[in-house]
Amino acid sequence: MKEEKHVKRPPRGPMAPLQKAKNFKSSILRLLKELKPYKFLITLSMILAIAGAALSIMAPNRLADLTDEISKGLIVNTKNLEKLTKDITSSLSNNDRLNAILDIQLNEKTSFTIMASSSITPEDKEEFNKFLNEIQTSKQEDFVKNLTNLPTSVLEVLLQDSIYQDVAITAQDKIAFLKVSQNIEAHKEIDIPINIEKVLFSEITLDKVQITSQDQAKFLELMSKVGEDQTQLYKQLDKAPKHIKQVIEPKMNMKAIKTIGIILIAMYLSSALFTYIEQISMTDVSNKFAKSLRTRISNKINRLPLKYFDRHSTGDILSRVTNDVDMIAMNMNQSLATLVSALTLFLGTIIMMFYTNWIMAITAILSSFLGFLFMSQVLGRSQKYFSARQEELGNLNGHIEEIYSGLNVVKAYNGSKEADRKFDEYNKKVYEANRKSQFLSGLMMPMMGFIGNLGYVAVCIVGAVLTMKNQISFGVIVAFITYVRLFTSPLSQIAQAMTAMQSTAAASERVFAFIDEEEMNNEKNIIKSLSRSKVKGNIEFKNVVFKYDGNDKPTIKNFSAVAHAGEKIAIVGPTGAGKTTMVNLLMKFYEIDSGDILIDGISTKELTRENVHDLFTMVLQDTWVFDGTVKENIIYNRQSISDEEVKEVCKTVGLDHFIKTLPKGYNSKIVDNDTISAGQKQLLTIARGMLEDTPFLILDEATSNVDTRTEELVQKAMDKLTEGRTSFIIAHRLSTIKNADLILVMKDGNIIETGSHEELMAKNGFYADLYNSQFEI
Amino acid sequence: MLKLLKGLNKKVYLFIAISFILIFAQVWLELKMPDYMSEITVLVQTEGSKMADILKNGGFMMLCALGSLISAIIVGYFIANVAALFSLETRKKLFTKVENLAMHEVKQFSTSSLITRTTNDITQIEMFLAMGVQLLIKAPITAIWAITKILNKSWEWSMLTGIAVIILLTVIGIITAIVMPRFKIVQKLIDKVNGVTRENLTGIRVIRAFNAEKFQQDKFDDVNNKLTKQQLFNQKTFAIMMPIMYLVMYFLTLFIYLIGANLIDGALLADKISLFGDMVVFSSYAMQVIMSFLMLAMIFMMMPRASISAKRIREVLDEDITITDGQQEGLQIKQKGTVEFKNVSFMYPDAEEYLLEDISFKVEKGQTVAFIGSTGSGKSTLINLIPRFYDVTKGEIFVDGINIKDYKQTDLHNKIGYVPQKAVLFNGTVKENVGYGDNGKKISDKKIKEAIKIAQAEEFILKMDDKYDSHIAARGTNISGGQKQRLAIARAIAKDPEIYIFDDSFSALDYKTDATLRKELKKYTKEATTLIVAQRIGTIMHADQIIVLDNGKCVGIGTHKELLQNCEVYKQIALSQISEEELAK
Repeated sequence: MKEEKHVKRPPRGPMAPLQKAKNFKSSILRLLKELKPYKFLITLSMILAIAGAALSIMAPNRLADLTDEISKGLIVNTKNLEKLTKDITSSLSNNDRLNAILDIQLNEKTSFTIMASSSITPEDKEEFNKFLNEIQTSKQEDFVKNLTNLPTSVLEVLLQDSIYQDVAITAQDKIAFLKVSQNIEAHKEIDIPINIEKVLFSEITLDKVQITSQDQAKFLELMSKVGEDQTQLYKQLDKAPKHIKQVIEPKMNMKAIKTIGIILIAMYLSSALFTYIEQISMTDVSNKFAKSLRTRISNKINRLPLKYFDRHSTGDILSRVTNDVDMIAMNMNQSLATLVSALTLFLGTIIMMFYTNWIMAITAILSSFLGFLFMSQVLGRSQKYFSARQEELGNLNGHIEEIYSGLNVVKAYNGSKEADRKFDEYNKKVYEANRKSQFLSGLMMPMMGFIGNLGYVAVCIVGAVLTMKNQISFGVIVAFITYVRLFTSPLSQIAQAMTAMQSTAAASERVFAFIDEEEMNNEKNIIKSLSRSKVKGNIEFKNVVFKYDGNDKPTIKNFSAVAHAGEKIAIVGPTGAGKTTMVNLLMKFYEIDSGDILIDGISTKELTRENVHDLFTMVLQDTWVFDGTVKENIIYNRQSISDEEVKEVCKTVGLDHFIKTLPKGYNSKIVDNDTISAGQKQLLTIARGMLEDTPFLILDEATSNVDTRTEELVQKAMDKLTEGRTSFIIAHRLSTIKNADLILVMKDGNIIETGSHEELMAKNGFYADLYNSQFEI
Repeated sequence: MLKLLKGLNKKVYLFIAISFILIFAQVWLELKMPDYMSEITVLVQTEGSKMADILKNGGFMMLCALGSLISAIIVGYFIANVAALFSLETRKKLFTKVENLAMHEVKQFSTSSLITRTTNDITQIEMFLAMGVQLLIKAPITAIWAITKILNKSWEWSMLTGIAVIILLTVIGIITAIVMPRFKIVQKLIDKVNGVTRENLTGIRVIRAFNAEKFQQDKFDDVNNKLTKQQLFNQKTFAIMMPIMYLVMYFLTLFIYLIGANLIDGALLADKISLFGDMVVFSSYAMQVIMSFLMLAMIFMMMPRASISAKRIREVLDEDITITDGQQEGLQIKQKGTVEFKNVSFMYPDAEEYLLEDISFKVEKGQTVAFIGSTGSGKSTLINLIPRFYDVTKGEIFVDGINIKDYKQTDLHNKIGYVPQKAVLFNGTVKENVGYGDNGKKISDKKIKEAIKIAQAEEFILKMDDKYDSHIAARGTNISGGQKQRLAIARAIAKDPEIYIFDDSFSALDYKTDATLRKELKKYTKEATTLIVAQRIGTIMHADQIIVLDNGKCVGIGTHKELLQNCEVYKQIALSQISEEELAK
């Protein structure tokens, strides 16, 4: 199973604890300054974001227009309906025409006939008499009405077949008509005899549509069936003759609807296009910016003095390259445009709402704010649970890490009971924190939904009231329903974007702090240089004093020594004595405080670092191999090395056999911790160093990870290597440096003894003590 | 993943069941809302409607909204509990399992992987449960319910909605299919960027010594470019998604209205208003349908991650525990402080070659036995067999005359003071670290101080701010390697074991401290048996017995002098460290 390599990433999303910048304003300003090269694309994106937001505000109004147009097609043309009804009913009450049509034979002759008729009952005759009396007293208009009250037998005499406007009208028709006309008042069914219809209604022209008398009669008939019920009316109207329907049916302006539809499609399409262009340009900007930041950080690493790395951990710098840069890129990509468009939306919606209707606007804003107040209360309280969860989880993870990595000790000391107890305790705490924080973070969505619904209902109710008072049209309600939605979403977006800005500021603060770190001093005006082939190999330390930053006492105090060409110098001493410091000074990794180090009489201060490095070969204790093949690791950055040379050097250090057993030989990939042991890695770095042909050699505990038998082998190879070169050797095992020309014994940062092995043994000081302790029990 | 949910607290199932019912109620309430909405619409449209009716419907709608909020809150509560309970119990199971795994199984999984499995993977599933379960129940219910509600309204509208869903799912499907595999590439490239940066940082001296800054920068630029290119492609492709999603949703509403306009225009007068109401309601139901499909799509995107995590957890849980306690009853301890190997061979399961082959020796009480050999010779493995970190493949090991497999593990461990190669320290005080573990007896403060003194740790402990109560950071990061090792040794001494096992435990000490420590220890532990693995001849040359290992085989047993005479491997090792003259001394 493969080792998992993972850089710890801070949690994101609602549960992440907020990271804050120390100085928000200056960090953001700095970030903006750095973004200058991308000015054009960012401006474009921002304009598009605003345009997109503006479109999403405008679209609801068009949608409202559409709804209005559609709802125009719902209600009958009341004006025409009223006019028609009036016209028709007035035809009915036109007394002159009625009289002419009915042609009532009320005279002496008919009166006599009635009174004399034996077929007419006395009661009917009585009625007739009453009628005669009434018409004398009552008004002319009531004549027809009074007439209708007469018994049929009487009417049969009074009304005779006649011809009106070339239409023959029978007495029967006339009687039927009279009966029916009574029904008009009583809202009963009306069925006017056809011949009378023809003459009773004159043709009406309404909105250029001719309505025949038959249609009118039919309409009258339908209307007579309508009661109080509104829906009844519509049902009957549906049965109305074509021409009548034409004038009273609701008209939908299909042309207008089509136009609005096309406008909306155009708006939606352009809004989508704007969003897309905005997004890809921001993606472009943020990724390119992230790339440049990463490059700058990586470049910066090479220009920082080593002392910087004494104070900062690898993990810290790594997290700047990945997490912080990622954070900046992600937030720029998402939050910047979101913030701009959300703000536009927010302000635009408010303006549009007030512009459309201020009462509705206040309703919408108030109801949303009410909801948000509630939500911010809940969320404000939950923040502490989120950080608690993070903290408890951190404790638990720490415990798990500890127990797993020390499992052998836990087992051997029967520590699992205690480990379990602690685990249960942490686990329980995480459980409690989890329950609460998961619950609270789960509340966000339903609460947002509720706020939306609250706004919706509020807008509907207030809108309904206003509609009924005829202050607004229905379309306004539809528009406001959208406004409420448009209004609530940017609020949470703005809140999110603000937190994102906070973490961006914090991240960019860290990134730029690194980029702004003081670099190693400039070496442009150094003109001297030493070439490898011309260097003889003498090194002189002249009163060297060196103090690490932050230390009180100097690590190297007034150190002087001379190493002649080809000599082997050993540096020994207990751990932490400052042996590696000597190497650091020689390699010019650190600047010495006073004194001088001279190479062939030339001060290293007068040489570039690159020049000094070029003269030295260095093999260190911590084996550094990189992701690549064996060959690549040995050749490293040098181009002129042949495969033969690589093989040769591997044979010398005894790696050849091992490499040949690897599946791809020299082209096998070196995967960390897997195929290759620490000792083998060390041999590899020795091989890498051996290929360098330099006048100076530094071996800093170069064989500490190799077992003693292999070490001996390597030692022989290295002795060959050190021939004719000035070499500095730091070693733990004193047996390896016994033959050195000069041994420097260090303790607590001081060089306390110098001399050859024999001299130092004779002195019987610290070195002798150290040496002898190897053989004690 | 479902398998993992088995065997959890009964409460979990109850909570899920209740949530299921409540989600049903919630969906019902949410889908009821558009009904009231349409009522309100019709009322507003119709002349002469009474305000009271509108208020009534508005009130009902608000009640629905409130009801759905309340049930969402309750469901949220239960689901949060389910998720939390899941991680509580699964993590416990996993932790207990890992504690009982044999060391080679731990190695096989790798410690860091086990840590990730117990922490990140469980959190991953917990997140999925907290968000996914609700959606997983709710989305299909909403979709089906909303579909049945709108299906009989108008086939034109239904078809439109169907087309919208298909377009959305296709777009999401295509984009995910394109981008998802590339996301993995991005992850790898991020790791590479990290890797190169780490390389630059850890190898900073080498890089500068070789003047290889440019070389490294080129390497970095290469991965940086690749990463940026891939990211740009991914994000630009992904950027299509949102506009299209919105476009589909807006167009759906628009076309529902446009088709509605035609339908209303063609309808009978009497049907027009109700058709209009239907239209408004339909557009909101259609949104519900689309939303639930989007939710489903989201779950399917979350699912693979969680199920990978689930698989990784299962892998550990399914691992058999190979090392079990023996029958403790009736153990008659005949000897004290003896260790005997009888023809012991060991190989990792599934390995082809033996790591240790046919090793036999016996250590008497009070003796010191040393193991030496080159790297990979098996000396560490050999002594790790005694506390049963691994079990022998063949042969038997006896401690105090009893086969170690017959001991209860805690009893066996109580006899042993084990100091590993890499010193392990825990987050806690010095005292807690030295008096660590449950050894059947309480370790007194006096004992702890004495042990620290013998382990040559007193000097630096007394220099610390709180002396014996000073805090040691997790994994001992606040003290040096040599100091850690001395405390680890003190821990073994404080336990007063019958048998000491030192697995190359003196390597970080300088020769002087090493020598003094061993001298003091010898004085103190005259009675105890000591087993030492070492690299340095100096450390072991005075042992009673030295066992020389080479490639898993025992190539020599004897004292220093004897081995110099008759063991070629030993002689080579010795000569590589000390000169001939000194050996002769």
